[in-house]
Amino acid sequence: MKNPAPARRPRSQAASSLYELLSSMRFAIALLTVLAIASVIGTLLQQNQPFNNYLNQFGPFWFPMFQMLGLYNVYSTGWFLAILAFLLLSTGLCIVRHARPMLHDMRAFRETARETSLRAFHLCAEGRTSLDAETAAARTRAYLAANGFRTRENPRDGDLLLAAKQGSWSRAGYFLAHGAIILICVGGLLDGNLPLKLRMALGNKQVLHGEVSDVSQVPPTSRLGEGNATFRGNVFIPEGKSASVAVLNVDDGMLLQDLPFIVSLDKFHVDFYPTGQPKRFASDVIITDRDSGKSFRHTIEVNKPLTYRGVTLYQASFEDGGSRLRLAVHSLVPGEAQEEGGRHADHGDHASVPESRLVEAVVNEALPLAYDGQQYTAEFTDFRPFNVETVGQQASTATGLARLQQHLGSGAKSRSERTMKNVGPSFTYRLRDASGQAREYINYMVPTEQDGRWYALAGMRESPDQPFRFLRIPTDEAGTVDAWFALRNALLDPKLRAEVARRYARGAQQRESLRPDSAQRLEETAQRTLQLFSEQGFDSLGGFIEKTVPQADRENVASALLKVMEGTTWEAWMLARERAGEKPVEPTAQRIQFVRDSLASVSDSMHYGSPVYLQLVSFEQVQATVLQATRSPGKPLVYLGSLLLVMGVFAMLYVRERRLFVLLKADGRILMALSTNRQGLDAGEQFARHRDALMNHLDATAAQRDEPQ
Amino acid sequence: MEIAQKTLLAKTSRLPAFGPFDVLFALILAAGAAYALHAFGEYMDIYERAILVCTVPAAAAFGWYWKPMRVFLLACAAVALIAVGLYQGQLVRADEVFLLKYFVSSQTAIMWMSATVFLSTAAYWLGMLARSTFFERSGTVLAWIAAGAGFTGMLVRWYESYLIGTDVGHIPVSNLYEVFVLFTVLTTLMYLFYESRYATRRMGAFVMLVISAAVGFLLWYSFSRDAHEIQPLIPALQSYWMKIHVPANFIGYGAFAMSAMVGAAYLLASKGILTSRLPSLQVLDDVMYRAISIGFAFFTIATILGALWAAEAWGTYWQWDPKETWALIVWLNYATWLHMRLTKGLRGAVLAWWALIGLLVTTFAFLGVNMYLSGLHSYGSL
Repeated sequence: MKNPAPARRPRSQAASSLYELLSSMRFAIALLTVLAIASVIGTLLQQNQPFNNYLNQFGPFWFPMFQMLGLYNVYSTGWFLAILAFLLLSTGLCIVRHARPMLHDMRAFRETARETSLRAFHLCAEGRTSLDAETAAARTRAYLAANGFRTRENPRDGDLLLAAKQGSWSRAGYFLAHGAIILICVGGLLDGNLPLKLRMALGNKQVLHGEVSDVSQVPPTSRLGEGNATFRGNVFIPEGKSASVAVLNVDDGMLLQDLPFIVSLDKFHVDFYPTGQPKRFASDVIITDRDSGKSFRHTIEVNKPLTYRGVTLYQASFEDGGSRLRLAVHSLVPGEAQEEGGRHADHGDHASVPESRLVEAVVNEALPLAYDGQQYTAEFTDFRPFNVETVGQQASTATGLARLQQHLGSGAKSRSERTMKNVGPSFTYRLRDASGQAREYINYMVPTEQDGRWYALAGMRESPDQPFRFLRIPTDEAGTVDAWFALRNALLDPKLRAEVARRYARGAQQRESLRPDSAQRLEETAQRTLQLFSEQGFDSLGGFIEKTVPQADRENVASALLKVMEGTTWEAWMLARERAGEKPVEPTAQRIQFVRDSLASVSDSMHYGSPVYLQLVSFEQVQATVLQATRSPGKPLVYLGSLLLVMGVFAMLYVRERRLFVLLKADGRILMALSTNRQGLDAGEQFARHRDALMNHLDATAAQRDEPQ
Repeated sequence: MEIAQKTLLAKTSRLPAFGPFDVLFALILAAGAAYALHAFGEYMDIYERAILVCTVPAAAAFGWYWKPMRVFLLACAAVALIAVGLYQGQLVRADEVFLLKYFVSSQTAIMWMSATVFLSTAAYWLGMLARSTFFERSGTVLAWIAAGAGFTGMLVRWYESYLIGTDVGHIPVSNLYEVFVLFTVLTTLMYLFYESRYATRRMGAFVMLVISAAVGFLLWYSFSRDAHEIQPLIPALQSYWMKIHVPANFIGYGAFAMSAMVGAAYLLASKGILTSRLPSLQVLDDVMYRAISIGFAFFTIATILGALWAAEAWGTYWQWDPKETWALIVWLNYATWLHMRLTKGLRGAVLAWWALIGLLVTTFAFLGVNMYLSGLHSYGSL
């Protein structure tokens, strides 16, 4: 600065150099770099997950270290906010530091510039005019005005300097852009969770952990009042229910935020495209003002939020809101339940399932079950009325030109065959045993076709990070799973399987006219095989073969045992039919296939890990919407800042400040010089244009024109 | 009086003249928009109608500022209209009508774009290495054809999406495949603009390389993943914001990509490689600065538009989603670049290296985030 303000208080050396540092460019650039690197960390590690996920990921050693560094919510840690604060400070001081010289520069015309300094300009030219001083000055003035220059004149010693300039707004761009950064940061801080953290630190607010069953029981220390100016939380509302609080997730716990109104969900809509992709999520809500009691209806959709009394509600997500499921319980414990008679009828006529085997379940609730002398709890977690799945995708096999040909035409057609299919309703539940161990199950309501055969699909997994493994239960000729359960029972129940083995041996004796002692041996073999099978299915048989049979004979023995198993399974089916009062059937290819599938499935069912199979009989769907409720007072600041930022960036990059000096000497000589704040390639071109035009305008002889290069 | 008149005549303006063709062009644009409003206005919300109306002065101004744009836009519109006429409202005709199947259906047009981008790149390289004006000119012509084919392809694809179903139809900037076509078209046009402004075809070899890389990816993506298939929009994308946020973003990405390639040319030329075949270092430096300026300005706009959209769709204008965060990192990177140049007065190799490395950051923000990081902004996932 040329004229340091005399009134400025004397500052200590240290303070002054600190000021220099904080407002300096290198500090700002260092901050930008640090901010960029810090931001990267937060994108590499998924933020704000439940703490258990991180614990699993990093183990007990690193988990607390990373937690201390705040790596699970980088963007709200103290150190990250400190970087932002420094950026604010740096930008602010930068503005303060540059304000005076820049404002001065914006106003100044520099009409006192000396001839020698003009001659030192990079872009400078000279000419001579025969016009009288008055006319020359008038023409120059007019030219400059017509070309958008503002001019200040300085007559001296018979000469006249016209100092013209344009594009001073370029400097204003600096203030706009840098001021905008401050506005945006301040607005962002208002809307972030810093205010909440401060309140928690000052106002004794405590987060809740675990489930909240009754909102009204939550103590005021965990509630935020209607007056809270800034928050972001979720509102969960099942159809037909209401909510007046939002849940704020804070530090792996939560706080409740009272809303100034009550939101009731009338109906939730999910529409799908034929391809199964979601098309529309919408909540028909009724908003009731808590103060005035007035209410109105509104539909909130994705991209179409509703703002009422300063709170904006967004369609964030949806869940099951407690669908009611009617389930038939099929015991997988041999000898139990299946004894009850009166089974079966037409496909789909579930009314014939005996009442004693039907239970009512509600999604999001738990149901106690007692089986095989053990206590279990089924926690129903989800229900879906339909599932659209890609059941087959055939990639194109064409090559070369034919392949290219396939890629011509409209963008609408698929080059591969993809079949989408709705596989019907499904529900999921966790079955927890008395010791607290749980497995997760997913069951589909209607059978699914695979290779022309029909199966009921029952999926199981031991932990959420595994995919479901499916038990495929073949359905009988009536389309039910009843035959399979009866067959399975006859095959595994100790009393019944003795009978099965006897019948199997008797059948073989008749067909192959065996001697009685051979038949006796066959019965014993069948008995033993069935007993082994009833332990762990084919796994037990395999283990038995490996232990007792030499390598060379294993294949023979295995196929013999398989034959026995298939034969006995058929007999088990017939026995089950007889016990249900049905006639035996003739073996057809289809029925033999059914028996084979059943056998495989019975073996798989040993690993199902549950004493029951729950079959969905009917349902009544209840959906729930998840709305996000926010109040963001910083938004107008951020938006204003954004507007200013865009204006500032364009002003700085595209408005060019130009100063054109024209010195008309008393002797008729003309001196022109141009300066610009962005010495681009076009400055010379620009100067040449002005020079030629103005010289021409002043009827100047092309005397000595310097070509600056 | 006389002085005043002469003064007006003497006014030197950098802006191009506004001629009769400019008027005609503006009128055609206005008529097109008026027809669209009349015929389809009821399907658009107020914002979409506003965007349509604003497109008219914007395109007219751009055509006035850069004259070849007028012919380009009119030609693309005409070819697209021919395609629409040939379709007669039936998608199957794409495989039945010769002109559709081999020229103007969207996929075919995009294939033509891909082919001509490669040819143009080859021509520019031949032109530069052999110092052949003929090949350089061919490069320019092919680049124009590529941009035209790509833009026409996008217009036709837009129409085709509505033939699938009125609820499926949408502007083709909704997934990674579509934005790669957009990237190719915008970057090519931007390059052609600077080519004409600086009256040199010698940067083409470098800039078209990065466009070729994009096209290579596009082809792989289409052939191996069937990515070209038009997909309906998920609810979060059903917004007028998409029409402005995505193109603004890709002006930014395109400009950054171009600055990186010019930066590469600068570095080679400054090391004495190809120096005599490339424009002067001064020109390269200036183009690099111009590209980063325009890229930065549009990237700023795009990020702000994205924030406005996020506020409407996700309930908050900024939540440190990986895509948002990486957009910020890209923005900070080029903001620093501009500070170094404009305030510190830095020039030369350092900035060229920086622009080149900046492309890595930009590419990660554009592609890497979608591939490796999970977040809300996962429409463009591979």
